[in-house]
Amino acid sequence: MSESLFDRIGGEAAVDAAVDLFYRKVLADDRINSWFDGTDMERQHAKQKAFLTMAFGGPNSYSGMDMRAGHAHMVAKGLNDSHFDAVMDNLGATLTELGVPADLIAEAAAIAESTRNDVLGK
Amino acid sequence: MAKITYSEQTFDCQDDESVLECLSRHGVELPSSCRAGVCQTCLVKASEGTTPPTDAQAGLKPQLQKQGYFLACICKPEQDLSFIDPDDNALPQIAATVVSKTRFNDNIIRLRLKPESEFEFLPGQFLNIHRQDGLVRSYSIASLPQQGYLELHVERVENGKMSNWLHNQVAMGGKLNIDGPHGDCFYIDDKPEQNLLLIGTGTGLAPLWGIVRDALSKDHKGEIHLFHGSRSSDKIYLVDELKKLADQHSNFFYTACISGEDNQGFSAGRANEVALSEIPKLNGYRVYLCGHPEMVNSTKKKVFLAGASMNDIHADAFTLSNS
Repeated sequence: MSESLFDRIGGEAAVDAAVDLFYRKVLADDRINSWFDGTDMERQHAKQKAFLTMAFGGPNSYSGMDMRAGHAHMVAKGLNDSHFDAVMDNLGATLTELGVPADLIAEAAAIAESTRNDVLGK
Repeated sequence: MAKITYSEQTFDCQDDESVLECLSRHGVELPSSCRAGVCQTCLVKASEGTTPPTDAQAGLKPQLQKQGYFLACICKPEQDLSFIDPDDNALPQIAATVVSKTRFNDNIIRLRLKPESEFEFLPGQFLNIHRQDGLVRSYSIASLPQQGYLELHVERVENGKMSNWLHNQVAMGGKLNIDGPHGDCFYIDDKPEQNLLLIGTGTGLAPLWGIVRDALSKDHKGEIHLFHGSRSSDKIYLVDELKKLADQHSNFFYTACISGEDNQGFSAGRANEVALSEIPKLNGYRVYLCGHPEMVNSTKKKVFLAGASMNDIHADAFTLSNS
């Protein structure tokens, strides 16, 4: 088990395959899509890609403080666990749709889950 | 509060104030146009040793970003910043002569310009026109390089300084200064089998007219669907030329849409809505959206949700200047 999750899940190609699917699910999800009203789609798409790269265990330099600072304005407007849960649902559904094995999905979900407290400013 | 240094003077830049606004407050006017980080008129270059915020480099080519270029209108510096005017050869202004001026209808003219020096572009990109008093506006290029001129479609904007000047004052033989090209809304021939969907409103047709003919001249194999919309039948233009093009090419389909009442002989409704009802699934399509910013931005989301990949969506929102 020396190979990283990022390599086992398919690397950058897997991120490229997932990002449109994932962002589309997020935009179609009435639980969370109002958070994205008025945002620049290209830049948001790039952010979703960065998030997936991180969840897939890929190269990233996000710190807990970055996560806190980046979401503080949303926390102030009521971002909470139910929204985070919705993102987790969409992440799982995307990977399932792409045929990623369940154990790898669980690993990616665990990485994403590890950011919950920072994202929600807890 | 950051200090900004330009032209051997140093100014205090207030929180939430752009570099452009700060200079203006101190009586220093940089050339600017859209003030929304789009037209690149206010491009400046950070001096050695200072770094502009990454946000202020949005949309610039990586080569320019690397050299410290940034857009003053969207630059809200958090650290001290020193900058200079961009090199003359970064975005040179060149002279161009008006070789033809004809009228599509009461509101829209067709200008053809002959640049006096080499001007390489791809159909669908845009250029800036500079008037001598510093007024600058962007116009899309509707012609093909092999035509030897730059064709622009200019709609008269109520109280619009540049459009009224071009409509009323500029004549055949007149000289204009232009710079460009800018923008990434153009045809790419890497996937000749790919289906294309092009949606434009008003003079958003100009870049699409260029892109469609560019694709056809490069022997594009996939289907090409153009939906052009206007509010009324007296505002829609190039209808006969586009119908003829559709007759000549079995893979080109043209739909003219009128959103107002007088829609006899046209598809009734807004171009974006007609397009999405006729082609509801866009998986694998490359999409071009040009014209009114609200149409472009709402349609960008709809075509993405309809299956188009984000990297296959090219949008050119015609930002209206707020000055």
